[in-house]
Amino acid sequence: MLDSYLPIITLIVVALGFATGSIIFSRLVGQKKPSEVKLAPYECGMPPVGSARERFSVKFYIIAMLFIVFDIEVVFMYPWAVMFKRLGMFGFVEMGVFILILLVGYVYVWKKGALEWE
Amino acid sequence: MENLVQIALQNVNLAAIMPSLVLVCFGMGLLLINVFLPRGTTRPAVWISLVGIVVTAVVTVQGWGNPQYGFSDAVALDNFATFFNVTFLLAAALTILMSDDYLRREGYAVNEYYPLILFTTAGAMWMASGTDMMTIFLGLEVMSISLYVLAGFFRGQSASNEAGLKYFLLGAFSTGFLLYGMALIYGVTGSTRLTEIGAYLNSHSSLLANPMTLAGLVLLSIGFLFKLGAAPFHMWTPDVYQGAPTPVTAFMSAGPKAAAFAAFLRTLEYCFFGLKPEWSAMLWVLAVLTMTVGNVIAISQTNIKRMLAYSSISHAGYALVGLVAANEIGYSGVLFYMLAYTFMNIGAFAVLILVGKQGEENLTLEGFAGLGYKRPLLGVAMSVFLFALMGLPPTAGFAGKFYIFAGAVKAGYIWLAIIGVLNSAVSLYYYLRVMVYMYFRDPTEDYAWISLPVSVLATIILAVIGCLYLGILPNEVMAMAKTAIF
Amino acid sequence: MSVYHYLTVSAILFALGTYGVLTRRNAIVIFMCIELMLNSVNLTFIALSRHLNSLDGQIFVFFVMTVAAAEAAVGLALMIATFRNRETIDVDQINLLKW
Repeated sequence: MLDSYLPIITLIVVALGFATGSIIFSRLVGQKKPSEVKLAPYECGMPPVGSARERFSVKFYIIAMLFIVFDIEVVFMYPWAVMFKRLGMFGFVEMGVFILILLVGYVYVWKKGALEWE
Repeated sequence: MENLVQIALQNVNLAAIMPSLVLVCFGMGLLLINVFLPRGTTRPAVWISLVGIVVTAVVTVQGWGNPQYGFSDAVALDNFATFFNVTFLLAAALTILMSDDYLRREGYAVNEYYPLILFTTAGAMWMASGTDMMTIFLGLEVMSISLYVLAGFFRGQSASNEAGLKYFLLGAFSTGFLLYGMALIYGVTGSTRLTEIGAYLNSHSSLLANPMTLAGLVLLSIGFLFKLGAAPFHMWTPDVYQGAPTPVTAFMSAGPKAAAFAAFLRTLEYCFFGLKPEWSAMLWVLAVLTMTVGNVIAISQTNIKRMLAYSSISHAGYALVGLVAANEIGYSGVLFYMLAYTFMNIGAFAVLILVGKQGEENLTLEGFAGLGYKRPLLGVAMSVFLFALMGLPPTAGFAGKFYIFAGAVKAGYIWLAIIGVLNSAVSLYYYLRVMVYMYFRDPTEDYAWISLPVSVLATIILAVIGCLYLGILPNEVMAMAKTAIF
Repeated sequence: MSVYHYLTVSAILFALGTYGVLTRRNAIVIFMCIELMLNSVNLTFIALSRHLNSLDGQIFVFFVMTVAAAEAAVGLALMIATFRNRETIDVDQINLLKW
């Protein structure tokens, strides 16, 4: 029973050994020349500009909130998709109604201008 | 699996959800129409939402005496649900009538208000007709989420923001308790249908003393009691009621509170009839606490909106007495009282809207000084509502309290009835004080700013008629309430 | 691993969430604690659903998840509105009305 886990355990041991080994080895033999540029947080090769704790536009929140709401509705489609054939026409129409309700929300959001950036 | 699908499909019965379906369709249609209207035009929204409520009311009334069940017993549109649905629709209609001018005055003539009221009402309807913990939960959340937005509707006003945020945080917190209770009950009985839970607990009576059942009952009750605003879970009520826009406060204290009572009553009666002595004892204590806390703190309030908030706590306490009684007259008394409370409370808030000035000003006792002379009709109307809230004849409040306390006496809770009557006596003090200010104080204002828009006038007249009709001829409605309970 | 292990874990999570709601002062953190409570309920439902071999619990979890998402959207909107007016979402400082 446990035999079948042997390859996985071996892999885990090797991975852990390699990771810790390479860190310790580079500590021991590597050269250390710290400079300001090397200590700076990596930001796409550019020197960082300004504070990272800047406030950003509330637009991001709106988009994020809309994303949460519309995204999570997909959970209802998984069980529906699994049973799609058995549910037949009725299931199809029901899901159509569900999508239609989401569409009402979408049209509302769109017309309200919540999706515009400027 | 094939069978399960067949059973599920056979159980679809749209007639069982027709009223809320119609209401939600109107709400969604209204949302879509609104975005195509220019900003600030709210009249069409008022009319469409009122038409929606009337159509829904017609559909609802058809269901009286003609119960519909559907969705594998998850929804029951029986007389009980229909009675409550009529209460919610009345609350919504009266609220919408008095909102438009107020929203204009406060500078928030925003269309979204009306669909939100309709969605709240639909959620309340699902709560009243839900016979499955899932439907009750969904109804509760649809109602609550819309109410969070409504409470924080004046987004530029700090008080309204605060009300919305507090209501949201504490409401979501209580939802957690409610859900955990539901999960435990599901674990004990293996079902989410209320009738199946009740039958299972009944046939396995050793489970009644199981700690998991009891913990589930207590957590479930905490969730519902929170929405009722019963002590000691009433902390949010005064702040939220004071900070929210006045019509929203009126609506919140009538419709959604009745919905919480409906769902609580149904859950207790369907699932936990085997534990009646236990929950009766629990609710006995809470009813006394709720009545007393509400009334005693209301005495010290000078802001009338906040005073009415505390008074609404005490009224939840009176209605809880009906749940403790747990007999025919007690339960039907709760139904009757919720309908009566809708009229008297919304009426009182409608007068408050007229007397108040822009920016939620002039809501203190002094603001009512001499109102009875300067504006005799408003004074009379306010007096009727105050009499009803006090529970004096010939108003709806008297009849409601009479039935509830009669139920308690009949069930043998004589002390509870006495405490209730004593509490009503305490409440006389702070309600009468408003009348003293209206009639025995020299006016400091000329009340020239009070205009009487037709819609608000209609609200007040309807509320007065409701208060007096239910007070003078309560028998017919009470007979209906009796056929509405299980 | 029996159902009791899962129930214990979810009870601990629920208690932690409740403790957080009662002790934390930042509205966002309070809301995160509430979400923890809801998710502990979800765990309870899933564990019980598996234990009882009934699907109702899983369906319930779907509804709890979607409702929690809608609640999050509304709650964050309310917090942003409050922050714009008051420059804080510390519930100790949101005390215009007596708490």
